[in-house]
Parts: sequence; structure tokens; C-alpha cells
Amino acid sequence: MSSDLTVAPSTAPPGAPARPAAPRARRHGLPLGLLLPACLAAVVALLPLAYLAVRASERGLGTVLEVLLRERTALLVLRSLGLAAAVTAVCLVLGVSLAGLVVRTRLPGRRVWAVLVALPLAVPSYVAAFAWLSLFPGFGGFLGSTLVLSLCCFPYVYLPVAAALERMDPAHEEVSRSLGLGALRTFLAVTVRQVRPAAAGGGLLVALYVLSDFGAVAILRYDVFTRVIYTSYRSSFDPTPAAILACLLVAITVVIVWGENRSRGRAGYARLGGGAARQRRRVALGAWTAPALAWCVGVVALALGVPFAALAYWLTRGSSAGFDGAELGAAALATLGVSALGALAAVALAVPVGVIAARYRGRVPRLLEQAAYAGHALPGIVVALSLVFLAVRYARPVYQEVPILVLAYAVLFLPAAVAAVRASVAQSPPALEEVARSLGRTPGGVLRSVTVPLAGPGVAAGAALVFLTCMKELPATLLLRPTGMETLATKLWSQTEIGAYAGAAPYAAALILLAALPTFLLGRRWVPEEKEDAT
Amino acid sequence: MVRRSRWVPAVIATMLLALPACGGGGAAGDDVDESAHVVYSGRQEQLVQPLVDRFVAETGIEVSVRYGNTAQLAAQLLEEGEGTPADVFFSQDGGALGALAKTDRLATLPQPVLDLVPERYRADDGTWVGTSGRARVIVYDPDQVPEAEVPDSVFALTDPRWRGKVGIAPSNASFEAFVTAMRVLDGDDRTREWLAGMRANDVALFDNNILVLNATEDGLIALGLINHYYWYQQVAEEGEAAVPARLKFLPDGDPGALVNVAGAAVLAESDKAQQAERFVAFLLDEESQRFFSDEDKEYPVVEGVPTAPDLPPLESLQPPDIDLSDLDSLERTLQMIEEAGLT
Repeated sequence: MSSDLTVAPSTAPPGAPARPAAPRARRHGLPLGLLLPACLAAVVALLPLAYLAVRASERGLGTVLEVLLRERTALLVLRSLGLAAAVTAVCLVLGVSLAGLVVRTRLPGRRVWAVLVALPLAVPSYVAAFAWLSLFPGFGGFLGSTLVLSLCCFPYVYLPVAAALERMDPAHEEVSRSLGLGALRTFLAVTVRQVRPAAAGGGLLVALYVLSDFGAVAILRYDVFTRVIYTSYRSSFDPTPAAILACLLVAITVVIVWGENRSRGRAGYARLGGGAARQRRRVALGAWTAPALAWCVGVVALALGVPFAALAYWLTRGSSAGFDGAELGAAALATLGVSALGALAAVALAVPVGVIAARYRGRVPRLLEQAAYAGHALPGIVVALSLVFLAVRYARPVYQEVPILVLAYAVLFLPAAVAAVRASVAQSPPALEEVARSLGRTPGGVLRSVTVPLAGPGVAAGAALVFLTCMKELPATLLLRPTGMETLATKLWSQTEIGAYAGAAPYAAALILLAALPTFLLGRRWVPEEKEDAT
Repeated sequence: MVRRSRWVPAVIATMLLALPACGGGGAAGDDVDESAHVVYSGRQEQLVQPLVDRFVAETGIEVSVRYGNTAQLAAQLLEEGEGTPADVFFSQDGGALGALAKTDRLATLPQPVLDLVPERYRADDGTWVGTSGRARVIVYDPDQVPEAEVPDSVFALTDPRWRGKVGIAPSNASFEAFVTAMRVLDGDDRTREWLAGMRANDVALFDNNILVLNATEDGLIALGLINHYYWYQQVAEEGEAAVPARLKFLPDGDPGALVNVAGAAVLAESDKAQQAERFVAFLLDEESQRFFSDEDKEYPVVEGVPTAPDLPPLESLQPPDIDLSDLDSLERTLQMIEEAGLT
């Protein structure tokens, strides 16, 4: 990575700003080359909000207050927040512990585990919910929903934390060990602190996902806030109350994002040394090997074993099992195509926002980042309907064409990409950028030749994450896909709607397997070829 | 710079690979024939596509179908307003059609098409027709409740004997239509009382009819309120031996015996109204009606078309005498369901 620094010296710009010893964030000098694309991203992310504002205010303040002050609204907001908090907590425990085991210990078979514990990301939460329910009738409620959503979402924490661990400077830990702290205490006191931005970013995604999820909780019979929004659209066929409630969800999201922003604190997280992360020693587990293995086996059995068992069960049970290979292939290709485009669009929009969020402080960077997240807790159908509304009026030629669907994916999953970019940029030392600046690179040149390459693995991981999520996306795909185009998710949905589980199984399996490919690569990349650890 | 030059071709290559794949889904994007008329179908592909294929073969009129969930498609049609690309809306229930009619989104159908269907199964203002009928039933677990003890009326379900043993899907459109029917037949007060009684009796709430049916089969509940065809479809899928639950069609015009319809309409802004009307009429021809009956186990609505042999004939049912156009006060129904704490 340090090869990027071999830049021909030229006239240095008037000195980089003097700064304290621990290089952190810059306060000023936000280059236009970053600011403009970031503003574009923010505008795109705020499109649904513009629609919501129009719809919500249609009938004046009286209606707004009437809808917001219903007793049930408050109750369901609390239930949603409770579920989000519980799932996020479980995901943080699962994600950080598994990342620690896989990246930092000599867990037997850790290269396999590295991939396996990322794979639950490939299982759509509504499939998991159906799987649990069909194997365990009566399953559901708060605990059931927490379990299923946690098992689907913990890779959001695991992946960035594993990446952060892999790229972290081992010097911190070595110092800690040399001062007499044990391996576990070093992990908790030093390592966990170091991965805090990655874990917090992942946790944020989990929390917002839970707030926006409708399918899984509906199947598992836990009534939450998104349900009121859905019911409101359905029942009155009147968008105003739904829009008012969705605005409340946006407000909650902004508060959560602000909280996460604060929790990231002000510590510097970059490596102290040069560009390349040194290979670190892996901790021998010793007597802890068996419990550690049991932990991994247990999580994987619940997160992957249960859905696959259910798929197998569906296949053997029903007569709707026959399926059309050509249709499956066409749906798979369409899924891959639109998801790849969605991932590219989301990452292209996310890079400027992520870089600014990691490198600059102040009101503008904060607003930009919050804008990117603002719509993330909106249920897919709200985002989709807002784009229906806007596209029919202002972009009729591309309505129900691929570009609008791709735009919807970008809006929905921008935060996942921003989180990945931000976390990986935050981990690469700003000193390298300053050196490049001092050697005459323009801010844009620094971004291209230093910042992005250093953050490259993280950005790629973000792209893979968005790619996966697009593949599983249902509500926006249903409303915005070109008429006649089916994705694996829409086919799966149309089969389960009529209870043809056996017919649904091949699509569910194909979706999980296809989604498993990028997940596999994601999981693998944090476990580079083993070097001999001399311990 | 080396790095950057590697990035760019990789990105371009991915785009190039991805783009043709988007068209891989059949009639995607540009492939859509401009002359095709567009059907928004809230009914499932398995059911609709064979009909569409036959329509295209017989008439030579191209059809492009957008499958989705009835309520979502209705919301989409409302957001699209006059800019909608849809010509026909094929809806799972009358409620969504009624909501669109109220906002003047639907065209009036020609009288000959309307005349195919008995008056009770179409809109008073001629904006939509029913295409097939579905009966509300009680599904029961014979291990817990012998046939003779299954109640004859939904009003008996608030009896303490059924405490915790009844399942409903309150957010389902067909349940809501049933509650609306109860309001029309028995008044808001009695309905409110019934909803509160169900709540007090620990009724189990499910997301949809299939989950109610499955819970009955698994013995988690003894009785459930569903539409008749879910059971018949499951029997067709898994065989009668694998489906332990049984159905009871309620007698004496009980609201729990409501016969509702799925229906179709032509959009007011359609510029292919003729093809669209032809499609709606096609759904009412004998072969289509037989298809609904054989494939989906629904009731044909056109007179003279026989019911599937395993279904009790429509004439033998004793549904409440109700005008389906009167079931348009959905908002009030939902408010009552919500107030009763059943969501």
C-alpha cells in the first residue's frame, strides 16, 4: 500500500496545517471536489423525505398532531426501539466475539469459520422468519423476533469489525501485553476500543435495519411501528397518515445517528506506523478451544442450519416442487444485474460522504452524513412510493425502468456503503494524505491515489454488502422493477404468498447461494494466507 | 495511479456484464412492446399467467403483467395518479377497487361486460366487476373440536369455551371485509362488542390466512377464520391426508359466511381501453371461470359455470344478503379493529 507514496516531488503547497500529535480530523479546507459529490449524494438520499414532507403537510398541522398523538403510535415506537436495542446488543456481542475469534486466535478451522459466520447475511430475514416458524410452530413474539433478526444481522457487525481487526496496528496490543495484561483483558481493553468505530457503524446499520424491517416481524407476530405505516397505506389508501408516521421514523433515525456519532468519540484510530499492517500473532486458545468452537458451531447452526433445514423440509413436503429452470436462470441474472448496478451506484455516492465523515469535523460533514442515513429506517415501501410519486411526475421515461430501481437501491443502502467507507478511511493514517499533499498532490489527487486505495478493501467490502442487500430487497423491487422483470426475491415472494413453499424453495436456495458468493469473498478476505506464528 | 487504472476497467467490465443481465428477466425494459397493454395484478402469477398466455394466443393482443400485492399496487396506482402506465387492475379484493373508484381512477365498464356478472358481485357504479368468489369459513382442528361442536356463528366465538383457541388474521383484507359486512348487517355497536369480546377471549393474531390454517393444523388453535380456498389449495398441494384441519361453511346468513370477490377494472387514463375491456371480459369467459374454479378452488361468478367438484356448490352456501358495494367503509372498520386492540 505504501507504494502509493512514491510520488515525484514537486512544489509543495503552502504547508499542511499544523496539528496536534494524534492526527485526527481537519476542521476546514473541505475541497469542492469532495463536497459537491457528497452534496449530490445527500440530495439523492433526501428524495424520499421531500416526498414525505409534501404528503405529510397536505392536510395541515391538525392532522399531523392527531396522527402523532395517538396512544398506539407511542406504544409502537417504544416496541420498535426496544426491539432495535435488543437486536443491536445481541449483534454486537455475536459480531465482535466472532470477529475476535476468527481474526485474532488460532481457532481450529478459522478460515472456514471466517466464511461461515459471514454467510447468514445471505439469508433474507423474511425467509429466516418463515423457516423458524415452519420448523417451530408458535415461534415468535419479542424473543423470537430478536433471535431471528439478530441471526440475520450480526454479520453487519462481524464484517467491519473483522476488517478493522485485520488492518489494526498490532503495536497497541503488544504494548498492552508487554505491560502485563492478559490476552482477554488486552482484547477487551485495547482491541475492542480500537474497533469501536467499525462496531458502532455496524451496530447502527443493524438498528436501522430493525426499525425498517417489516416482513420478519409480521411473520413472527411482533407488532412494531412499521406495521402501522403499512396498515395505514393499505387501509385508508390514504398516503397522508403513513407519511406523517414515516416522518416520525426519520426523526428517530436522526437521533440514533447523532447518538452513534457521539459514541464514536474523539479518539484517533489510525495506525501509528507506516502504511502496511504488520502480521500479528494469533492468540492460542488452549483450554478455551472447545467453548470457542461450540460458540461458532452454535451460531452457525442457528443462523444457517435452521433456514436450510426448513428449505429441505419444504422441498420434500409439497407437490409444487417442480420449477422452471429457465425462469430461475432469468430471475437470477436479473437479480445479479440490478444488484450490481445498485452496489456501484451506492458506493459511488458513498465515497465522498464517507471520506468527509472520516476526515472532517464540523457542521457540514455532520449534516452530510446524517442526510445519508436519514432515510435508512424508512420501510422499503415508503422509499419506493416516494420514487413512484417523483418519477411519474419528473422522470416519466425511466419510470419502471432499471435506472429508477437502481436509484431506489442506492437510496435504501447508501448508509451501508457510507459506513464501510468511513470506517476504512478512519483507519488509514491521515499523515499519509498530508505527506502526499505536501509533495504537491491536489486534494483530488490525494483522494484518488492515497485515500481510496488505502481504504480500498473496506470500500470493496461495502460494495459487496450493498450488492447482497440489493439481492434480498423486496418491497422497492416489487414497485419499481420494469414490468415483466422478476428477481429471485419477487419470485420467492409470489410463491410464498400462496403458500407454495415447495415451489418457493428453489428460489430461496438460489437467492441464498448467489448471495453467498460475495459473502464468501467478504469473509475470506479478512483471513490472509497463514504465516507461521512463532509462539 | 497504477491502482486507479486497474479500478476503472474493472468497474466498466462489471457494468457491461451487468447491463445485459438486467434484460435477462424476460420482457424487461425496452423489450416491452409499446402496443402491449399493462395489467397490474394483485393476484398471483401462477394463477394469472396461464390466463394471460391464452388471452395473447386467442386475441393477438400483447399483455404485459406487473405482479404485486393488491394493497401495494393500489397505493402505487394512487401515487401514480394520471401518469399511470397501467390499463387494467386485477385485484385480490373489492376494497382496493372501491378505493380507486372513489378517487375517480377507474373507468366505467361497458354494460355487456357488467351484465355477465350478477349484480351482487359487481360495483353499483359499473367501475369494476367481480371475477371469482371466495367464502369466509371456519377452519377447525377435529382432534380438539368434533364437527358437531363447531359454532354455527362467529358470534359464538366470544364464548369462554373458546378462550385462547381461536385464530384470526386481522390485518388481512378478507378479514376486514368480513368485519365491514358485520357492521352493515348487525351495526357498529354489536361489531365493536364482538371485536372487544374476541380480544377479551385471548384471540390469537396472525399475519395472514395461511398462518392461521397452519396453526390450526399444528393444533396451536382449535378454530380459525379464513377464506375457503386456502384449505383446498393446501389439500391440492399436500394431499388431504396431510391436512388434518377441516372446514365449516356457516349457515343462516351469518357474517362469517360472507362471499366476497376478487375483481378487475379498467383505469380511467388508459389509452388502450378497448384492449383492456376485452381483457376484463376475457376473465369472465367460461374457460377462465372454470380455471379459477379448478386451479384456485374459487367460485365462478358467471352463471352456468359449474363449481369444482370438491367444493360445496355456491347455491348450497348461505351467505349474508349484502351488496358488496356497501363494503366500502374500510377506514371505519380498521379504526374499530385497532381500537379493539386486534392489530
